[in-house]
Amino acid sequence: MRIEDHPILGRAERGRRITLTVDGNPVVAFEGEPIAAALLAGGHRVFRYTAKRREPRGLFCALGRCTDCVMTVDGQPNVRTCVTPARDGMIVQTQVGRGKWGGRGGGGKRKG
Amino acid sequence: MARKTEIAVVGAGPAGMAAAIEAGRAGARVIVIDENQRPGGQLFKQIHKFFGSEAHRAGTRGVQIGLDLLREAEEAGVATLLDTVVYGIFSDRCLGLAREHHTEELEADAVILATGASENALAFPGWTLPGVMGAGATQTLIHIHRVLPGKRALMVGAGNVGLIVSYQLLQAGAKVVAVVEGLPAIGGYGVHASKVRRAGVPILTGHTVLRAEGREGVERAVIARVDENWKPIAGTERTLEVDTICLAVGLSPLAELAWMAGCEFRYIPALGGWVPLHDGNMETTRKGIYVAGDLAGIEEASTAMEEGRLAGLAAAQSLGHLTRERGEKKKGEVHKRLAALRMGSFGEGRAISKEQILQARETV
Ligand SMILES: Cc1cc2nc3c(=O)[nH]c(=O)nc-3n(C[C@H](O)[C@H](O)[C@H](O)COP(=O)(O)OP(=O)(O)OC[C@H]3O[C@@H](n4cnc5c(N)ncnc54)[C@H](O)[C@@H]3O)c2cc1C
Ligand code: FES
Repeated sequence: MRIEDHPILGRAERGRRITLTVDGNPVVAFEGEPIAAALLAGGHRVFRYTAKRREPRGLFCALGRCTDCVMTVDGQPNVRTCVTPARDGMIVQTQVGRGKWGGRGGGGKRKG
Repeated sequence: MARKTEIAVVGAGPAGMAAAIEAGRAGARVIVIDENQRPGGQLFKQIHKFFGSEAHRAGTRGVQIGLDLLREAEEAGVATLLDTVVYGIFSDRCLGLAREHHTEELEADAVILATGASENALAFPGWTLPGVMGAGATQTLIHIHRVLPGKRALMVGAGNVGLIVSYQLLQAGAKVVAVVEGLPAIGGYGVHASKVRRAGVPILTGHTVLRAEGREGVERAVIARVDENWKPIAGTERTLEVDTICLAVGLSPLAELAWMAGCEFRYIPALGGWVPLHDGNMETTRKGIYVAGDLAGIEEASTAMEEGRLAGLAAAQSLGHLTRERGEKKKGEVHKRLAALRMGSFGEGRAISKEQILQARETV
């Protein structure tokens, strides 16, 4: 959920409206915001599954420190989505384990 | 060939910015480095009004203080290098920088480390589920990115961070179902606690979170009363319908670079754990390497700025930009303000712990 009006901060100023493709589906984002913010705003909470037990993981520190939020972005695995700015047309994939270059299913060859 | 500067400041939070401003004003060549795209550290998340005396900008919101620091740094001729991680510190105060897919080096005559702190985690069954996150992470999301991570939250920890972020969640439109605190009493300031209570949020002292439940993310939290040994009391479990669990269980100094530089440390729980020893100039046991802010012991933004000023003045003085007389006078004023900040029932403990550091430094 996005916070448009805030009692202290006022109205939100956001970048240009863009579209990401997340696991094949379009997700609205604003240019420059972290990929993770766009995902949470769109109701996505699971960013990856762990290697051994396939447990879901999502955002934890939002500071780029814990690596819980890593996903495969434009074919590159282990991208920290909480500190990586969203760009139009990015292909974002839920990562399984350590991920694969080129992403699951070989999609997302574009270089951002 | 490595780039050179007189003073390199690592971290552009309140401590680092204040250090850079003082050193820049004294005439030193200063570069501040931060891994973020924007300077300010934690300040831009802090939309509540600050405490303390007028000299410490009480009543001003962190956001405004941050903007002022940016302007002052520019006026003082400070250079900033953003989007740049300092990944290491090598002999002779040479910093390793990682930026734009390459690495480079920066040699400095003095280094001021102001890297801040990281949030502590708390392990309980289900703590890795999406929806469990740091209170600071929540604050970053709602204030910087303007996104609410959930609709119904449980806050774990009733220190200042837990109380303030609870209130900020309410302001942003979420419901805070409860604040649980293992200790028998609230750790944060009374004003913050009463604001949260007045908004109808129960603060349950002597309670902890037992587990988080849910399949692909948090759907429920189970809490229980604890005895004086933090053991859950059977039969007191309660299930809360929440989609978010925020952890506000303390901060620890982010000290990797200080360790790498070979600085001596002491374990001081009241200041957040392992803290690099430093003297009254904020200089560590390594010559020319200074620390300030949360890295030098977890306190507040106001003390972080004063410590930054001390480090900036001392470093500039050591490089000949301030006469001894002028340097000592200016540092004396900062010491007075710091002492004023460390008074009262909340400040005293920190004053004693800080004194411990100075004494330990002398025996090294
Ligand atoms: C919820 C909350 C409420 C608070 N309320 C108050 C309050 O009411 N009053 C008050 O006075 N204080 C308050 N504080 C405390 C205050 O935020 C901190 O004490 C203060 O921000 C510490 O400043 P700092 O400069 O040491 O660190 P920070 O503000 O954390 O800045 C450190 C900076 O260094 C960067 N960095 C770290 N390592 C590297 C590296 N290797 N390379 C490059 N960059 C690096 C970080 O990304 C960061 O930008 C609050 C804190 C929180 C979390
Ligand atoms: S949430 Fe911790 S690195 Fe992104």
